[in-house]
Amino acid sequence: MIHFLSKRLLHGLAVLWVVVTLTFILLRILPGGPFDSERRLPPEIMANIQAKYHLDEPWLKQYARYLVGVAQGDLGPSYKYIDRTVSDIIKDTLPTSTLLGVLALAFAVVLSFPLAVAAAAHHNRWTDRGCVFLATLGISLPHFLLGAVLIWVFSLKLGWFQAARWGSPDSAVLPTITLGSMPCAYFTYLLRSSLLETLGEDFIRTARAKGLKEPFVLFKHAVRNSLIPVLTLLGPIFATLVAGSFVVEYVFAIPGMGRFFISAVTDRDYPLITGVTLVYTAILVCANLLVDMFYSLVDPRIRVH
Amino acid sequence: MKVIQRLAGEFRRNRLLTASLAFIALVTLTGFLAPLISPYSPGGFEEQRLLEGPSAAHWLGTDELGRDVLTRILYGARVSIAVGLGTALIALIIGTFYGLVSGYAGGGLDSFLMRVVDIFYGLPDLLIFVLLSLFLGRNITGVLIALGLITWVRFARITRGQVLQAKELIYVEGARAIGASHARILLRHILPNIFAPLLVTLTFSIPAAILSESTLSFIGLGINDPYNAWGTSWGTLAQDGWRAMRTYPHLIFFPALAIFLTILAFNFLGNGLRDILDPKAR
Repeated sequence: MIHFLSKRLLHGLAVLWVVVTLTFILLRILPGGPFDSERRLPPEIMANIQAKYHLDEPWLKQYARYLVGVAQGDLGPSYKYIDRTVSDIIKDTLPTSTLLGVLALAFAVVLSFPLAVAAAAHHNRWTDRGCVFLATLGISLPHFLLGAVLIWVFSLKLGWFQAARWGSPDSAVLPTITLGSMPCAYFTYLLRSSLLETLGEDFIRTARAKGLKEPFVLFKHAVRNSLIPVLTLLGPIFATLVAGSFVVEYVFAIPGMGRFFISAVTDRDYPLITGVTLVYTAILVCANLLVDMFYSLVDPRIRVH
Repeated sequence: MKVIQRLAGEFRRNRLLTASLAFIALVTLTGFLAPLISPYSPGGFEEQRLLEGPSAAHWLGTDELGRDVLTRILYGARVSIAVGLGTALIALIIGTFYGLVSGYAGGGLDSFLMRVVDIFYGLPDLLIFVLLSLFLGRNITGVLIALGLITWVRFARITRGQVLQAKELIYVEGARAIGASHARILLRHILPNIFAPLLVTLTFSIPAAILSESTLSFIGLGINDPYNAWGTSWGTLAQDGWRAMRTYPHLIFFPALAIFLTILAFNFLGNGLRDILDPKAR
């Protein structure tokens, strides 16, 4: 177990390193810099700015400086927000994105569970077809479209919820539904097919043969043994929810990390882009690691040596 | 050719599948023939008819420059569809080749190649896309390359898994025994036998690419190249409409509907193909 975990951890660190290096290189070979503007700055001022951010140094030295900084938790200064460092911005905005991700995940799990169980229990009947149809709808709906429709109906026409202004509980409802719809559809698909597979197993026949009531067979025997694939996806999906929320944050004007990522890309705020990318990747790596651990705890058959 | 007969039979029975395919064909055809079909040009202004709702002359209304919305959607269709098909094809070619080599070679090369794939898999897709498109530009070629570079890993994994299974089978042993070369075994014996899962993956990659492209264009990081005839996708149109949603909902509603229905049709098609080609998943 220890061996396995250290191997996974090393792999995760390698991924992070690749990401840092790639973004570093990619951003530096891009045409156009963060301080280019319509009006040419006087050369002395440009030189001063370059010196302040160490942009006059050779790339390798900049790279080394950045790596050392990252190892110490310092992601550098933001070029756009002069009074804040990248670490500050991430500290301020990550909790919002995480909260939104947790809410969306909870929504997805709570809604997908009954849908999947109902579908599997009535396999190939209209309940099943309806659930699969709903799930396909959910997978096909782009976030921005669902968000726009929800805003149009529930805040502009009916006035039930706020369209923006993150902070109060009722402003979280629409973004949660928007972000949670796609994972909900995935979970429904996955749990349904996993349940169908389990329901065909011998131990289910045994359970039925000894006269157990159908709900008991379904929930006590089948559901428990069908959760593994869903659990496996829980981590990566949570990570994509946190990292993928930038569209939802954009649509609902939520002050999360994703909004800053989008503006950082337009402003060419290199340290902020690299910093946010790094945090996103770290979340994904950690989520995968947690799932691996959890996985071997839940199912002794796949315990890794 | 049994597969094709079975497919044809299934299409006749399954109306949802047929409808999806018909819809996709309609969108693709009208999109690519847009210059012949539409009486308006996508950039043609009519100063007298700004921001009108649907009417007999302009079926889906006009935008803030008096351009016909339906015409813009048709011209956007060919961009969105081309991105979907193009991405899937690029990914299919790179990924399949990579997976074939990796799975067939085995050993050290295989584990090295798969380590690379793992790293790609560990990266958040949309993020990579944003970074790449910064580099490749906000035009259709850039977006195609960026999306292709993200999607190929899926094909690589699936192909490798299939090759690993297939190469232990008797027919491959037989081919080797009669002295077939590696290339011949891979291309003539293994590839046709792993065709089904690849086709299903291909079908699901198309809507995924359309979805990514439209999402990124919507937040202003995807395709936006107004001086190019191929520079406006459905996502770009939705972005234009988003700003005016409160007062002129038709500007966002129609392009968004086009995106949704097309993705939906491709997903139904993928589901149907999977059910037909892999009876176990039914």
